[in-house]
Amino acid sequence: MAATKTRTSSFSRNLPAASSAQSPEIKCGPNGTFLVSSGIPDLDKTLGGGIPLGSLVMVMEDSEAPHHMLLLRNFMSQGLVHKQPLLYASPSKDPRGFLGTLPSPSSPKDDKSRSHDAEQEKGLRIAWQYKKYFGENQSNLDGQRGMILFRFIVLYNKQEFSNEFDLRRPLDRHFYTGQHVDCISTKDLPNIAALQERCTSFLSQFSRYICTFFAIDFVCFTNLLIVTFRNDATVACTGRIAIQSLCAPQCESSNMEWEMLSFIRSLKSTVRSANAVAIITFPSSLVSATFCKRWQHLADCLVSVKAIPDEDKELAKLLTGYQDIVGFLNIHRVPRINTQVPAVLEATTLSIKLQKRRYLVLECLNQAPVDGSSGSSYGTSGNCSGASSKSGSLDF
Amino acid sequence: MDSRARNLLDEALGLDQLTQLKPPLGGKAVLIEDCVETSGSFVLHQLIKRLLTAVPNSSNVVLFLAFANPFSHYDRILLGEEGKAGGRSGLFALFANITKVLNALPESNRKCLTIVIDDVSLMEVAAHGSSDHVLDFLHYCHTLTSDYGCSLVTLNHEDIYSSMDGLVFLKQMEYAADVLVKVEPLATGLAADVHGQFDGLQMTVLNRGSLNNRMSNFQFRIKENSVEYFYPGARA
Repeated sequence: MAATKTRTSSFSRNLPAASSAQSPEIKCGPNGTFLVSSGIPDLDKTLGGGIPLGSLVMVMEDSEAPHHMLLLRNFMSQGLVHKQPLLYASPSKDPRGFLGTLPSPSSPKDDKSRSHDAEQEKGLRIAWQYKKYFGENQSNLDGQRGMILFRFIVLYNKQEFSNEFDLRRPLDRHFYTGQHVDCISTKDLPNIAALQERCTSFLSQFSRYICTFFAIDFVCFTNLLIVTFRNDATVACTGRIAIQSLCAPQCESSNMEWEMLSFIRSLKSTVRSANAVAIITFPSSLVSATFCKRWQHLADCLVSVKAIPDEDKELAKLLTGYQDIVGFLNIHRVPRINTQVPAVLEATTLSIKLQKRRYLVLECLNQAPVDGSSGSSYGTSGNCSGASSKSGSLDF
Repeated sequence: MDSRARNLLDEALGLDQLTQLKPPLGGKAVLIEDCVETSGSFVLHQLIKRLLTAVPNSSNVVLFLAFANPFSHYDRILLGEEGKAGGRSGLFALFANITKVLNALPESNRKCLTIVIDDVSLMEVAAHGSSDHVLDFLHYCHTLTSDYGCSLVTLNHEDIYSSMDGLVFLKQMEYAADVLVKVEPLATGLAADVHGQFDGLQMTVLNRGSLNNRMSNFQFRIKENSVEYFYPGARA
């Protein structure tokens, strides 16, 4: 069969030349993907610019500290600030109440809390003024009379790809009181089917592929035609799903392990073919080891959070800025869609800090200089890459 | 450099001498094992690419059962079926489809069929946890390799099967496989130049009644359209 010579597939990893991100909330990523922000600029940078649309992000919780909530809050706030529809599921009885605790974007002028409301605009505003030049200012075009000088004043819109969020300032109500925000409580759900249905119907509004048509010639297997009509990503068509503590013990459906897996698998495939990102946090220590591994394999992006012990003298000696660190974020897998090349990060362990107790910051671990008497070499900024689990909980 | 480097895996799998007459994997069952840290799906991609493009005008056919990713991700595949097997009846139906495809092929070409499954752990999820049925399905696929001479390539995640019950499932799959490809991260951690290693690529070859066990250990670096293979320390 010489079929391989002529590529009839319409799937291509090349970045489509014509389509580009139509708004600052979405940017073009590698291999024809589009990226959205996680709400944490440091995490976006580590992941290569943002989270690709179509990804399933899984966060392994630490039962000793709720640091996964920091990630979830920023992720949800970022979507709401960008007016992206949101589906939020949580084991609490009143998930909607949680929305009131989401952080607000911090503005450079912290006093003007309402100033950004009036200035939420899409696109560029361009104003230009014509000014007749009558020779008052010498122009480099010989100061001719009647020359018209155009002055363009470009006012940049206030929407950015990624915002800094102030954890002490709650998000304005108007961001989450609209129709585009849906909440569901997983506590009393008898099984996972209801959640699955809500996710599927939510994601149907962001379908990336309007129509796919296959034609296969069974006789000689040479002729395969795949025609796909794509819906390019725009802000109105991009959604976010945030599922908190899936498989938490207080939920009735938490012991249905195979159903959970089936749900995650189906969510992953639906999200992949939609202009959406889903984030699931789960208590990994409360799920059996086998199932925990299965969940991990399903994730496009896998991170775990870990609490830092208080008053740990050994760690205080080892790390600079120990007192500011509230926990660690470990990145186990970076999303790689439409490519087989793995991403190798300079650092897989980041410290979670709260700057001024307001801003979430992720930093590479910096090993404190060790004095010469101990015989250890001086540490510089940590290039923390290590898969070895024998060295302890920290990967330097 | 590329064609020479490609031969390390090809040699180990017996793919370095592809001809129109000989079936590509020689009717073998290949099991690829990987873990969360290092994915082995690139081996699948390379195998499929090799099978379909190595020999012009060959009658090699790949039947791809994809449970892990949509076809848009597998860019190079020409034919396949998306895995939607649900429960025992779903697996029966899937097997029936496979035999239908096989029977649709001319008899002389049946041994050129390679069934590729990505991956077995998701087949278990699709079958709602009935691992026994999944094993039965795999055994049926193995019978195709002996009856028709076609080949079978499966991917599975070794780190899932750490408990006693899981170990039995994994060992059964390993036992049934003729070739075992284990993909692992480097013991020293992540590196930009070396993405991982094959831990003891085992090949049990039945050669005139005797069993030959061939072991290969080499490392790899994955690129966009190809993979570099090299012995440790030998990368140019």
